[in-house]
Amino acid sequence: MDMPVSKAGVIARRCESIVDDLSFQAARDWKAAEPGRKVVGFLPVYVPMELIHAAGCLPLGLFGGGDRIEVIHGDAYYQSYICRIPRSTIELGVTGRLDFVDGLLFPFVCDVIRNLSGMWKVMFPDVWTKFFDTPQNFDPEIGGTYYTHELRELRADLERLTGRDITDAALRASIALYNENRRLVRAVYDARAAEPWKAPAADVYVVMRAGLMMPVEEHNALLADYLAALDIEDRPRKDNVRVAIFGSFCEQPPLALLKSIEMAGCYVVEDDYSLVNRFITEDVATDGDPLAALSTAYLRHSVETSCKYVPNEADKGRFHVERVKQTGAEGVIYAAPSFCDPALLDRPMICGRLSDAGIPNMSFKYAENSGQMQPIREQAGAFADSIKLWS
Amino acid sequence: MTVAVKEPSMLLQKEMIAGNYDAITSAHETGRKVSSTFVPGNLNELLMCFGILNNLPEINAIQNGMRRLSGDYIMEAEKGGHSEDVCTYVKADIGMMGRGNIAPNGKPFPEPDVLLLSYTGCYTFMKWFELLRAEYKCPTLMLHVPYEGDGHSTPNMIDYVVKQLKEVIIPGLEEVSGVKFDIDRLREILALSAKAEDDLVWCLETGKHKPSPIDAYFGGVYYIGPIFTAFRGTEEAVDYYTALRQEVKARLDAGQGPTLPDGSVLTDQKYRLVVEGPPNWTSFREFWQMFADEGAVVVASSYTKVGGMYDLGFRHDPADPLRSLAEYCLGCYTNRNLPSRVDILAQYVEDYEADGLLVNSIKSCNSFSAGQLMIMREVERRTGKPGAFIETDLVDPRYFSPANVKNRLESYFQMIDQKRRGANKAA
Repeated sequence: MDMPVSKAGVIARRCESIVDDLSFQAARDWKAAEPGRKVVGFLPVYVPMELIHAAGCLPLGLFGGGDRIEVIHGDAYYQSYICRIPRSTIELGVTGRLDFVDGLLFPFVCDVIRNLSGMWKVMFPDVWTKFFDTPQNFDPEIGGTYYTHELRELRADLERLTGRDITDAALRASIALYNENRRLVRAVYDARAAEPWKAPAADVYVVMRAGLMMPVEEHNALLADYLAALDIEDRPRKDNVRVAIFGSFCEQPPLALLKSIEMAGCYVVEDDYSLVNRFITEDVATDGDPLAALSTAYLRHSVETSCKYVPNEADKGRFHVERVKQTGAEGVIYAAPSFCDPALLDRPMICGRLSDAGIPNMSFKYAENSGQMQPIREQAGAFADSIKLWS
Repeated sequence: MTVAVKEPSMLLQKEMIAGNYDAITSAHETGRKVSSTFVPGNLNELLMCFGILNNLPEINAIQNGMRRLSGDYIMEAEKGGHSEDVCTYVKADIGMMGRGNIAPNGKPFPEPDVLLLSYTGCYTFMKWFELLRAEYKCPTLMLHVPYEGDGHSTPNMIDYVVKQLKEVIIPGLEEVSGVKFDIDRLREILALSAKAEDDLVWCLETGKHKPSPIDAYFGGVYYIGPIFTAFRGTEEAVDYYTALRQEVKARLDAGQGPTLPDGSVLTDQKYRLVVEGPPNWTSFREFWQMFADEGAVVVASSYTKVGGMYDLGFRHDPADPLRSLAEYCLGCYTNRNLPSRVDILAQYVEDYEADGLLVNSIKSCNSFSAGQLMIMREVERRTGKPGAFIETDLVDPRYFSPANVKNRLESYFQMIDQKRRGANKAA
């Protein structure tokens, strides 16, 4: 007999079907609904979606093919020691699954994604492809000036793609919509941190990921519904430990991995999965020059993550320690994709800072198509037990 | 193994590098300040303006790789929590610190006074110096050099780098050294850089001759040594490249090839290759010998361009010093996008009349390696010349499999022979 599904569960299942759909039918439908609409894809971990939205385009988050795609062509482009997300992204491209995507942004994450931008230019010359670099200098006069110019260039590129101007007023309206989105996203994360038994990690995950594949207006409504549904969600509270997950900002784990962590006795109360919609931590100003506002938000109010330089040594890992404290996590699972330079090079530093702060932590590696969950369940279970027994 | 036979310039180069190590390890006695910085986007001229010595952790890792020390260092770092998946230069460096931080001259390295994080073309650089900073607690000066994603630098990128030089790097180096910046001194040094660069390019371009008087990969790494490290902008470098030019010219005039490690001269050159990617250092001589045994000479390589693409016309320019440094940093090979790299390599195959492109794909180096299979196919498609792909690592001996590499090379040379036979028949 099927168990009755709660309202929150219904929303999550709808989002899961969007995330699982590697033909991207929802985005295709959006594009087909009106002539002239354009879809602009982007890879992890951050692009100013406001600009894409203000251009009248659908920003479409592309996070690889997960565990639902057999990579055949993609493997022919990469050596065994390169992570999996570029292979499955190539697979999506060469199998025609992205043939409706008019432009693709490759933000700065690492050298692999950076180089993929050039591969895309060669392989798909008809697609507008851009490597989107964000500054590593956070002085408004230096990095801010550079970044504002880069945003201006991105705006001009989008205007060329769509054949329409992006006015400051339209951009401010988009910023307001994304501010609302970020507030709602934070509210969901806060609600989960408060009562994690009501919001399974895999459900919150798909609710966030699906939001990067639909218009922001639709996602805002969905998040409001989901929050209301969480209020009335009735699930038993288990004797799980509360953990934060870090290191998973680019290549995404399979849903089975998230479920395994919970099944092993861990409630996920914080994570850096796919980041994008939590990359900016406060409202972006809706007055004044909107490009300067986006620039300031990046410089002043963005998360610490491995693809950003931390100018002061004392600040390294501070964000992670603070998030653990704010969310009441009892430990950290540093889960990095195999061969992920950013996450793995950062791991000793971040885990060192967590240990210095007395926060128990463990680490393992995964790939987006990891299939064997038993070792992960055992590791996470042992970690949960160790926290219960000794922390 | 017998002692390797070296060309006179190689011995001179070795002396220069050894001299720099002596200067670094005696910094406490001489009172000089020491920086750590990277080869691509190396700001040696600027450091010289402040009298700061230049220590390059990649070069230290190479030295440790060639001396067969890096394997233990890497394992030491892995024991300390560093992933087996990441760059072995970094782990060799961290492991060396754990084992007393001993320089190739047997003396301990002093702690750096400044980490000059010239962040050009390689993501790992950023994390590498965050890791070192945690250890040394010294000032770290970040110079962010944007990637040429669209295949060229924009005025915004150049302005951004110049602004950082003016407002971050130069004031930071003034503070560390106590020396006031003198732009005229920089101009003088840059003029010397350009002079050496002219001679380096002349030497590298002799690979176009048949037989080639140089090996532009295995021999090339010696030739780039001074200019990619602590000597660009010095009189010593100018003298070195003058001497190198004379040496290469003598071979060119005599119709001779380069000297091989076993002392023989590779004049009978059966195969002419363009090579993409850095060499393996732990089995450098063995690796080179595999090519030499087959009569293969490398006529052009991308690795000899990581510290500057001088053959494409760039020269440090005393007339516009800071802009020139910015353009240098932006134009280093790995800071160019993949379509540009394909263009460069395909052009090399044509200009140097090579038999094809060989990729030595390095496990450690995603900046070079991610996308190389596509690069190889594109160059093959454009030139009609066969490509080949081998896999090794920089300084991790666990990833150098001689039998596999030799096999692949032999197959590649057979493929070239086959192609030639086909062309002859068609003619």
